[in-house]
Amino acid sequence: MLDDRHGEAFVAFEHVQKSYDGQTLVVKDLNLSIGKGEFVTMLGPSGSGKTTCLMMLAGFETATHGEIRLDGKPINQVPPHKRGIGMVFQNYALFPHMTVGENLSFPLEVRGMPRDERETRVKRALDMVQMGKFINRRPAQLSGGQQQRIALARALVFDPQLVLMDEPLGALDKQLREHMQFEIKHLHEQLGITVVYVTHDQGEALTMSDRVAVFNDGRIQQLAPPAELYERPQNSFVAGFIGENNALAGTIEQLDGEKALVRLDDGGLIDATAVNIREKGQRTTVSIRPERVEFKPEMMPHGAHTIEAQVIEVIYMGDILRARLRVAGSENFVMKMRNTIGQTHLHAGQSVRIGWHPEDARALDPV
Amino acid sequence: MANTALDPHAAITTTASGVATQPLTTADGKPLVRALARSQSRARRKAFLLVLPLLAFIVITFVVPIGQMLQRSFHNDGFSANMPNISAWFAQTERGTQPDDAAWQALAADLQASAEARNIGVVGTRVNYDMPGTRSLFTSTGRKVRKGIEPPYRETLLEIDEEWADPQLWATMREVSTPYTANFYLASVDRTRDADGNIQQVDENQRVYLMLFWRTFWLSGLITALTFVLGFPIAHLLATLPMRKSNLLMILVLLPFWTSLLVRTTSWMVLLQQQGVINDILVWLGVIGGGQRLQMIYNQAGTIIAMTHILLPFMILPLYSVMRTINPSYVRAARSLGATSWTAFRRIYFPQTLPGLGAGAMLVFILAVGYYITPALVGGSSGQLISNMIAQHMTSTLNWSMAAALAALLLGAVLVLYWLYDRLVGVDNLKLG
Ligand SMILES: Nc1ncnc2c1ncn2[C@@H]1O[C@H](COP(=O)(O)OP(=O)(O)OP(=O)(O)O)[C@@H](O)[C@H]1O
Ligand SMILES: [Mg+2]
Repeated sequence: MLDDRHGEAFVAFEHVQKSYDGQTLVVKDLNLSIGKGEFVTMLGPSGSGKTTCLMMLAGFETATHGEIRLDGKPINQVPPHKRGIGMVFQNYALFPHMTVGENLSFPLEVRGMPRDERETRVKRALDMVQMGKFINRRPAQLSGGQQQRIALARALVFDPQLVLMDEPLGALDKQLREHMQFEIKHLHEQLGITVVYVTHDQGEALTMSDRVAVFNDGRIQQLAPPAELYERPQNSFVAGFIGENNALAGTIEQLDGEKALVRLDDGGLIDATAVNIREKGQRTTVSIRPERVEFKPEMMPHGAHTIEAQVIEVIYMGDILRARLRVAGSENFVMKMRNTIGQTHLHAGQSVRIGWHPEDARALDPV
Repeated sequence: MANTALDPHAAITTTASGVATQPLTTADGKPLVRALARSQSRARRKAFLLVLPLLAFIVITFVVPIGQMLQRSFHNDGFSANMPNISAWFAQTERGTQPDDAAWQALAADLQASAEARNIGVVGTRVNYDMPGTRSLFTSTGRKVRKGIEPPYRETLLEIDEEWADPQLWATMREVSTPYTANFYLASVDRTRDADGNIQQVDENQRVYLMLFWRTFWLSGLITALTFVLGFPIAHLLATLPMRKSNLLMILVLLPFWTSLLVRTTSWMVLLQQQGVINDILVWLGVIGGGQRLQMIYNQAGTIIAMTHILLPFMILPLYSVMRTINPSYVRAARSLGATSWTAFRRIYFPQTLPGLGAGAMLVFILAVGYYITPALVGGSSGQLISNMIAQHMTSTLNWSMAAALAALLLGAVLVLYWLYDRLVGVDNLKLG
């Protein structure tokens, strides 16, 4: 399903570069193909060029270099109104001087659709987002969540194949945001549309997407399904950006295919999987998820290397116990333990030896 | 599927029902409404004291003088106060009554008394307003009867001047013998009363005011339209350019405010006159022949050009302030929904600029209707507006009542337009800045 070959990609960015001022590249060599019906999220810190990419796809910015293709056809020269792309803006951009019904009817009117067909379509789209009662309200008379639904309905009412959403839930409170995530996902599945979604909320990205493109510094750092992104980050940025993560600095001591032995700066030895490491003696940052750290020898594979750690504090969090440890001179090493009946309870000041499965520790580029 | 379960905000739409019907009270049992009013009245009193100086200033410098001025338009006792006897006779007799001996006697006594009190000029002026050319009759007669007048009065007066027998004169004196009159308003719309008191149009060669009113409104409308056509793109540019460039442009927009009127007028003369720069260029380009140089100043064209220039900022600034608040994502949204850039402009952008446009058009139109200096300087005779007539009555003919009546009509017309605007667009839609 996640096909990267040109011919079958619905949306394709090829070597796209973008500069606003001729001095700096905001987007540097972007390559991305999105399959039909896919839900792809662009995730990244502020200023990483997500909106810029979306605007190039929608036609409001031109690519400085490279090509963007929609359904196999280059669209660099196609004006925005001919692209047939639905778009949900961060501030919703509902037309304030029109009622909800007129807002939804607008894209149909400019397509010259007859009145009765417009009415049925508007009604259908409003029912889809459960806003049928609000057809005669003005946007200013709606709550944030309601405006969000109308914006969604307006982007979908003319049956676009591709819908772009730029942080559509950014202005909503947490509860409503989670609820809308579910609804958007539901609509995506129901309608079979392709969605390109922008957010800087990683939880949102992980729960909604088929694939996530992690942006930083104008490049896609990694493009992968959520589970892979979380479990097999390709570089230190992704490891640090997605989820909680422990980073240990060291030098490659031994390298045998994927298996690496890393000498930490305080002399300890740990196992790791080499990811973007090429040779012995190279500096590296080893990344381990807190819930993959073990302190009971029986949970570690036979012959695993372990290192010394002191418990600084243990925080009770209900479903889990979270221990902060002093490891290799750093006090920010976190270990998470499931709160089960048989769980060994650690206490502050205690010394333990910690270790892990080698595939859970990933030796990445040095930070 | 229950909609409300899916929509956490749906609760907002359910109305509170079953509100207690008895009036709410405070904790110690006083009615809530009264307690609230009391707690707010102190703050209100303080606020009132703060605006009191401004209020007094406005009353003294604006409301009172304007009120007095407007009063003059329907109240002028120049005749009735100085000619009490004949005014009483007019009050007792029917319109059209031939003057009898009592009338002549009263007239002679009044003429003598007001000549002695040196008020005869005021009387003459008042009659002269309604019947031009009669002031000298009063002053010259006054000079001769100041020392005293002997009966028979009718013959004596007729001997001094035959004109005293003119029925038109007597009809006019009857008109002006009451201090309250609508005649200034009638005159303002080119109407007068004949000897029988019927309202009729004045002679064709004396009709000026209606034409001037019409010209004032038509030119003001034209100038408003011109400032809109010229100002809209500039305002849009101002609102969308980066800050540094838009500041520079803003200075250019405000330049007319900073140049002295005389400098501006001089430069218009240099540009617009028949031997001026623009004509020279047109001739040089061969657009017009040397003999067909355009007359662009000291006529209506001059008034239009100069006033459009001066009033342009009043259109641009409200438009700009509204446009600046229009988020560019609206137009983008429209484009992404399939609208061409023209449709997006027409259906989405333009309607959102209407509050600024309304405010700008209103400002420009009202300012233009009352404009006086510019038409006086560059308008020639065909470019004069009603304000120039008002000014003329104020300063040269000294017929203040007439000036007040014209000004009142102008004010009334503007208020009617304002009311219409409110009905059609809504004044609360205005955005002045
Ligand atoms: N119109 C513009 N002119 C010049 N620079 C711009 C313009 N729009 C964006 N930029 C710059 O391009 C970079 C990327 O901006 P972009 O809006 O794509 O970021 P983003 O990833 O969407 O960030 P955010 O999460 O804050 O929305 C930023 O450094 C920004 O300053
Ligand atoms: Mg953005």
